[in-house]
Amino acid sequence: MDKLNIDRHISQQYNSALDDLKKEFLEMGGVVEKQIIDAVQSVAEADVDTAQKVLTTEQDVDAREMAIDDLCTQIIARRQPTASDLRLVMSVSKSTRDLERIGDEASKIAKMAIAISESDDVPHGFSELRNLGRQVHDVVDMTLTAFARYDVDLAVEVVSKDKVIDREYDTAMRELITYMMEDPRNISRSMNVIWALRALERIGDHASNISEQIIYLVKGLDVRHQSADEMVQQLNQE
Amino acid sequence: MNTNVMTETAGDIVAENKPVTADTIAEQNADAYETVGNAFCDQAKMSMRNVNVFYDEKQAIYDVNLDIGTNEVVAMIGPSGCGKSTFLRCLNRMNDTIDICRVEGQFYLEDQDINDKKMDVVPLRARVGMVFQKPNPFPKSIYDNVAYGPRIHGLADRRSDLDEIVENSLQKAGLWAEVKDRLHQPGTGLSGGQQQRLCIARTIAVSPEVILMDEPCSALDPIATAKIEELIDELSQNYTIAIVTHSMQQAARVSHRTAYFHLGKLIEVNETEKVFTNPDHELTEAYITGRFG
Repeated sequence: MDKLNIDRHISQQYNSALDDLKKEFLEMGGVVEKQIIDAVQSVAEADVDTAQKVLTTEQDVDAREMAIDDLCTQIIARRQPTASDLRLVMSVSKSTRDLERIGDEASKIAKMAIAISESDDVPHGFSELRNLGRQVHDVVDMTLTAFARYDVDLAVEVVSKDKVIDREYDTAMRELITYMMEDPRNISRSMNVIWALRALERIGDHASNISEQIIYLVKGLDVRHQSADEMVQQLNQE
Repeated sequence: MNTNVMTETAGDIVAENKPVTADTIAEQNADAYETVGNAFCDQAKMSMRNVNVFYDEKQAIYDVNLDIGTNEVVAMIGPSGCGKSTFLRCLNRMNDTIDICRVEGQFYLEDQDINDKKMDVVPLRARVGMVFQKPNPFPKSIYDNVAYGPRIHGLADRRSDLDEIVENSLQKAGLWAEVKDRLHQPGTGLSGGQQQRLCIARTIAVSPEVILMDEPCSALDPIATAKIEELIDELSQNYTIAIVTHSMQQAARVSHRTAYFHLGKLIEVNETEKVFTNPDHELTEAYITGRFG
């Protein structure tokens, strides 16, 4: 059932309710994506204003999460969705939580940016942070595109890219640990960067979760807790 | 996804200039589609094979194959005129009463061919009982409504046996507590939901193996419907149930497997859980989600 045809119900109101749900989700995704860009920039450039903007946006993200939840509840109560409609509501409901968590992680990064800007030292690890930030933003962008296009292949790609992000995170961590061991005075300033890296890695995990929901939405397969290879294998069996 | 579904229609046969008779249409349609999903089961109580049904020259059901498992609840859904009620009525030969109706195919109740010349429809309908859309109690007392079947089938010799059957049947139908003090009042005096449960008690009284239900809740309010649905769940411990319903939510709530009929063809049979979350056929998907077919 690759084509979802959510605009082809006999009831126009049902069409527009599902369409609204999809739009609201993508809009929230757009807001969260901007938060990631701003958060990484605020750390890299010690930009307190941008960091504050990220923190302010968090309230907007929270409000959007609640609005989408309400929309899901309304659709379930009024329409008793089935099949692909049900999967759309379920996957949006779960993915919205992941988007909100991504927003939370971006806010954590922004708080680190403020902490870093308040100290005079230039901490180590900015280039790793910027690099990881770029990659994480890419996978979130890919995830939202995969959702908008119901693109299963792209969703699987997100899951495999998350593994790459995890490896890069481990490498950056090792480097920072070495740096801290060289001189314990580096510890406190490096810790902020470590927390920011950790937040980025978590964002990758959330993008991966959303991608699993996209596969469920389009194919009706529960592919959680699987590697990208196992997913491909399961998808090929269908 | 099976793409070889419904590729050939009666229209194609006309195009090939073959003589159009009920038989040729049936023959052509036998190859024309394949039911997707899981129409068969290991412990079948009833097995239907190559079922074709005609009203005069008009074919109502095309080459349907389906098993109904022991103690299983199978729901049949589909748009009006799709043949689901016609199919249900074949299962205890109710269509025998319609002169223009011709039924082809094999129907087995366990090992017995129900259309066998030696098969008497009276005991058949005791073994395969039916509950209709509108509650239809006899214009008799509540007691006599339930006792009628056991009496004519000679299931009770003594009054005390009959009393026991009546009480048990009313208990199983969840009606005993409500009517035990007025067993000799007319059954027609009960509310709609109670009347339908009385009809179910009447069906149960002759110890059927299979209960057919044709939209049993369509004339009932939500509370009475909930009671009947609860009853279906309880009855499925001991009986095999086939239910035709226009309410997809009802099919989703009460059945183990769901069969989707479309224009006389059995398009998909699958576990109910699968049909309502991820159906195999796009026609099933279109119907249950309320999209254009």
